Amino acid sequence: MAGREHTDREYEHELRQLREQLLVMGSHVESIIGDSIQALLERDSKLAERTIAADKVVNRMEVELDGLCLQILARRQPVASDLRFITLVLKVVTDLERIADLGVNICERVLELNAEPQLKPYVDIPHMGREAQSMLREVLDAFVAKDAERARKVIDRDEVVDALYAQVFRELLTFMMESAHNVYRATRLQSIAKYLERMADHTTNLAEMVIFMVDGQDVRHLTSREEPGTNDPRREHN
Amino acid sequence: MATLLDESLTGSLAVRQLSVYYGDKKALGPVTMTIPGRQVTALIGPSGCGKSTFLRSLNRMNEMIPGCRVEGVVKLDEESIYGPGVDAVAVRRRIGMVFQRSNPFPKSIYDNVAYGLRLGGMKDRSELGGRVERALKHAALWEEVKDRLNESALGLSGGQQQRLCIARALAVEPDVLLMDEPASALDPIATAHIEELIHELARDYTVVIVTHNMQQAARVSHNTAFFYMGDLIEFDTTQTIFTKPTQSRTEDYITGRFG
Amino acid sequence: MSRSSLRPSRWPHVGDVVLWLATGLATLLVLVILAVILIDVIKNGAPRLTLGFLTKAPSDGMTAGGIFPAIFGTVALVILMTIAALPAGVATAIYLHEYASPTAWGTRIVRIAVNNLAGVPSIVFGLFGLGFFVQFVGGGMDKIFYGGDKVFGQPALIWAALTMAILTLPVVIVATEEALSNVSPDVRLASAALGATKFQTVSRVVLPQAIPGILTGAILAISRGAGEVAPILFTGAAYFLPTLPHSLHDQFMQLGYHVYVLATQSSDVDATRPLLYATVLVLLVLTFALNASAILVRSRMRRHLSRSHG
Repeated sequence: MAGREHTDREYEHELRQLREQLLVMGSHVESIIGDSIQALLERDSKLAERTIAADKVVNRMEVELDGLCLQILARRQPVASDLRFITLVLKVVTDLERIADLGVNICERVLELNAEPQLKPYVDIPHMGREAQSMLREVLDAFVAKDAERARKVIDRDEVVDALYAQVFRELLTFMMESAHNVYRATRLQSIAKYLERMADHTTNLAEMVIFMVDGQDVRHLTSREEPGTNDPRREHN
Repeated sequence: MATLLDESLTGSLAVRQLSVYYGDKKALGPVTMTIPGRQVTALIGPSGCGKSTFLRSLNRMNEMIPGCRVEGVVKLDEESIYGPGVDAVAVRRRIGMVFQRSNPFPKSIYDNVAYGLRLGGMKDRSELGGRVERALKHAALWEEVKDRLNESALGLSGGQQQRLCIARALAVEPDVLLMDEPASALDPIATAHIEELIHELARDYTVVIVTHNMQQAARVSHNTAFFYMGDLIEFDTTQTIFTKPTQSRTEDYITGRFG
Repeated sequence: MSRSSLRPSRWPHVGDVVLWLATGLATLLVLVILAVILIDVIKNGAPRLTLGFLTKAPSDGMTAGGIFPAIFGTVALVILMTIAALPAGVATAIYLHEYASPTAWGTRIVRIAVNNLAGVPSIVFGLFGLGFFVQFVGGGMDKIFYGGDKVFGQPALIWAALTMAILTLPVVIVATEEALSNVSPDVRLASAALGATKFQTVSRVVLPQAIPGILTGAILAISRGAGEVAPILFTGAAYFLPTLPHSLHDQFMQLGYHVYVLATQSSDVDATRPLLYATVLVLLVLTFALNASAILVRSRMRRHLSRSHG
């Protein structure tokens, strides 16, 4: 890949700015995930409320980054790797914003749960939360390092989160069948687990986009049996 | 829009080990590629990379430069254009060329377009008239000039003059049309007309266009070839070149990371 | 950095004034000299410029009559000279500019020859004409065709015309070459790219565009031919002839030569002076008319080419 800089310094600066702001947004979203799980574990309503407020920052950054991308598209007509980078940023920003919204949703459920005593010790849900958070961190690192392999590993980890969710769901179902008194809390917990599972899915999307940016391969919507699509015209250049 | 290279279409140019020398200095090559018929192929690259030299070797216009020597094979649909006994004049009647600065003759619009036909000996006025009209329509100029065919070509605007030169080249119904930066001297609206015209032309002709405007190459061509310092670096569909080229030098050039 | 004031100064720059004065005075000087000559000639010559003067032959030992034979001879000379010089000159120029390789030794030799030819003094041409055309070629023709009779081996219209043709050849060649180089290479490329042979490009595109320049060169050559005297001194001009020349091997009278004759060979200087001035006036008018027509033809052809027809 080209490690060289653009001849136009200002263009180079704009791209760098874009990259940095994206990472800042990513770390905000990481914190939101962590804080929402912590608010759950420590039954901390104040933290939950602070986390819900923090979402505003993420929304603002989404608007700013979209605007910056649009500006670069209009003025620079990017091609090849630059083009893939810009379109990636546009999509990543959307996914990050949704992850943050899911974190807000978790916090809202936490506030509801804190009105009642804890149903059971939380084991799997925090595990899911740590996985989701670490997957996001890995994807952002892969993006910075332009490392498609690291991104692929993140995609593999989604299975773990899915399995955990299935387990949580079964367990909560048992609780609900035991007593009607448990249903309110169990459904709240099941929602939280669902949110975390969707966070992991979004992070998987991000990983696919990183692979596209780095390799030029569009690996979305593939099962493991299909080969990724590449044009294969007869090339005869020397 | 065709996206696959297909050697079976007519009007394809097969280039094998083409090298061009000016005196002792090698300016280009060896280049091997197949330009597909009935598609637009763009040649891009920085100044001095050899793309114009390459273009000129496709219709033997390089021979007009003293000291120029060409090695290798160029075939138009299986016929070699550099073969022994092949007349350069005959080659140019099947492979036409349009230049960067429009160069209409100081004659009437009609005489300009009919020039190539008269060279070939056509005399019949109705036949000439029909061919002139058809060529001007192909070049999207007929409506603008049909009432003043006898006026001097020099009275047309820059964009119209360039379309006239295209009509003049089309009148002899070549298989291939070579264009050397055809819009670089034109304003954006005239350029847009020319680009739309090139798109239309690809239905009936093979078009090879040299351009230093990469966005134009991306807009207008089905395939793109990137030249650098006298070598062909990469040749692929335009889609591929501009979204995920395989060569890092291509990537560097089109994203503006050169020099 | 101090800014210069934008307000105009009251006084113009010194350099501009000096230049204006110098060029103005030079122009004035030229005009004054020209005026003096013209006034002198017109004052003394116009009275004798009658229709009879232009249509009658000289009589009474050049003290009366007209100069018609001289006019006739000049015109005949010029026509023959042009027929000889123009095709040869244009063809040479086309060869040098379009076909010859600029570096080949043959091309260089031809160019050197043309340049040197332009610098040869006209009297030398006269001597050459005498020795080569009159004596060698003419004499040879006499031996072969006329069994020794002196027909062509003496001063004749044809030899004077050929000598003048060689004199004006460089003018025609240079003017033609310049006209050819004014045709842009873009247009030649366009023609070649349409599948024209070199001959087709030259004949259908280059030459038509070069015609104004070629014509200009032709008219300048003619204008020179009407005025030069030295080359025809030994090759065909005569002092006085009772009849007009009616074949190529006849001698002829000529305006320039006639002026020389009237000024130096006259028996009665005072009587011939008015005729002298009138002849000079005719010669001047002829020269001016030729130059003016050169300019006219050139501008009309230029407009013609840019308008064009179907």
